[in-house]
Amino acid sequence: MAVKTILQAINDALDQAMEKDESVVVYGEDVGFEGGVFRATAGLQKKYGEKRVFDTPIAEAGIVGSAIGMAINGLKPVVEMQFSGFSLPGYNQIVAHAARFRNRSRGKYNLPMVVRMPYGGGVRALEHHSESLETLYAHIPGLKLVIPSTPYDAKGLTMAAINHPDPVIIMEPKRIYRAFKQDIPDEAYEVEIGKARMVKEGKDITIIAWGALVREVEKAMKKVEGVDAEIIDLRTIAPMDTETIIESVKKTGRVLVVHEAVKSFGPAAEIVSRINEEAFFYLEAAPKRLTGFDVTVPLPKGEEHFIIKPERIAYEVKKLMAQKA
Amino acid sequence: MLFEEFDPLKGEMLQILDKDGKIVDDKLIPKIKKDTLLKMYKTMVLGRIADDKAVQFQRQGRMLTYAPNHGQEAAQLGSIAAMEDKDWLVLAFRELNAMLYKGVTLKQSFLYWLGNEWGAHYDEGVNVLPVNVPIGSQISHAAGLAYASKLKETGEAAIVYIGDGGTSHGEFHEGMNFASAYKLPVIIVIQNNQYAISTPREKTINSKTLAQKAVSYGIPGIQVDGNDPLAMYLATEKARERAAQGEGPTLIEAVTYRMGAHTTSDNPKLYREDSEVEEWEEKDPLKRFKKYMIGKKYWSEKKDEELHKSSKKEVLDTFKEVENSGLVDLEDIFKYTYETMTPELKKQMKEYKEYLDEEGAE
Repeated sequence: MAVKTILQAINDALDQAMEKDESVVVYGEDVGFEGGVFRATAGLQKKYGEKRVFDTPIAEAGIVGSAIGMAINGLKPVVEMQFSGFSLPGYNQIVAHAARFRNRSRGKYNLPMVVRMPYGGGVRALEHHSESLETLYAHIPGLKLVIPSTPYDAKGLTMAAINHPDPVIIMEPKRIYRAFKQDIPDEAYEVEIGKARMVKEGKDITIIAWGALVREVEKAMKKVEGVDAEIIDLRTIAPMDTETIIESVKKTGRVLVVHEAVKSFGPAAEIVSRINEEAFFYLEAAPKRLTGFDVTVPLPKGEEHFIIKPERIAYEVKKLMAQKA
Repeated sequence: MLFEEFDPLKGEMLQILDKDGKIVDDKLIPKIKKDTLLKMYKTMVLGRIADDKAVQFQRQGRMLTYAPNHGQEAAQLGSIAAMEDKDWLVLAFRELNAMLYKGVTLKQSFLYWLGNEWGAHYDEGVNVLPVNVPIGSQISHAAGLAYASKLKETGEAAIVYIGDGGTSHGEFHEGMNFASAYKLPVIIVIQNNQYAISTPREKTINSKTLAQKAVSYGIPGIQVDGNDPLAMYLATEKARERAAQGEGPTLIEAVTYRMGAHTTSDNPKLYREDSEVEEWEEKDPLKRFKKYMIGKKYWSEKKDEELHKSSKKEVLDTFKEVENSGLVDLEDIFKYTYETMTPELKKQMKEYKEYLDEEGAE
């Protein structure tokens, strides 16, 4: 065991995967020599050489497109989009090709490839550096989307993604890259893709969150007295662990979904729909979404209002608890 | 040497076999094995007949949208024949001849164009990627394949086709730059058939040749008579040698012409003069290749007649078989999105099956 941040945990996973499996290659903009703008890939080029860990042109489509070719030809590429807001030039390759090769070739070609991208706001950044674009990726058949919120899950999900037979998008909550540390195993391990994490069991209300907001929910619930909340860290957005959500809502009858992505057509809409389809008659209050506004993420001088704070989560929980069916 | 001699910036274009089937320059004739030449020729005849028939079937309402190859056969066969068996073929979508040469079956091809994904499930060991519909996005796939072969030291190269219109796409640049930055064993063949659907190449591309785009990537580019199988072979052979020696990619512009429509859904008479089409008819690749083969005593009129007859039969029989092969299995629609179906997908399939069962629908 060793105490690690999320960034160190990701680095750990990449390192161990590369050590164990020669077919793993890691690349992207500034990923090699510098070790990435956040240093997620620090030290890897030195250890595994420039052929397996390398810097690329600023060309997201080329990065993803080449990863597709590599995956078809026996490699396991793990590529980095410097920020999720810059993944869009690569979006065509991800959606039009990465997600489809298995189906297009009726199983002849599968793509064991990983696209990592830091996401989310709260870091006082320039435009395009704060987006939460879960919907863009979770909506696409053929893709899987995971978002770790702890160092333990960051390592385990990254490891699982690398060993996965289909393309996996990892959105990394950059706001908490270094925010806290956790004791995690030294050896390689996987966290199953498609399984939510029960953060805390409870009986009064189900709160679903992921990424940087899981901790904000935990903080919020310390401020709310007399409410025994069940907190679920979804951690895989697609495919969603519907079962865990439904079981929880059947027990609590109340649900709050919290995410930083903008509200309309966001992941919470899908979650609430599934709850309505499968646990409608267990509900004691209308499901509530607490999300980003339907606006471009404000620049730092206005971002305060966009970022969801524990106080607001607590406020919504109290309102939900006061509702009577 | 070849790439220095035929510099697109100096207006040079490589041609060995002229439109009448005469040798332009003896010294340039590539050494091609008789078997290879025969395979090229036979594939060209089969490809031509299959292609013309596909268009005809479409007009009869028996075929879906189809992208005709007629006129572009030499551009494909001259190049693919110079590659090795282990090499990768990365398609745009107008490469029926290259596909057939590389081991995709006619049946698979018809199956694909009749709307069945199984038509892109090629046999084991056939290193061909499926038809790539989004324009220009396939160059980086070839670069990735080649990167893997370089890393694994398998000696494989990748040949990737694109149209003249595709070179305008941003992804063309990203793929080219990636391939050249890492000196990857990639051969890029632009089938310059003069039109991007209805838009003439000159209207959207200001550079005099497409081959000269290579200059900006620091790699050789060559303009070749794309209706000349020998010239295409020679250029590709030299490009393949560069690939093998770790010198990186080569760009080949095959100057050719699409005799038919972009796809069966457009009418080229609206945007092309008949006189232009007639002029290119004179430059037909099959006619000149046949003359060359007969001149070399590798072929005869009698053999040609037999080949046409047997190829036509093969095409008709195969099409009939595919035409009657029915719809895909319902489960196949769900099964190949992921290695293992997600719980949600299983549920969707189950609900749909229940609907079919309960309503007795088909």
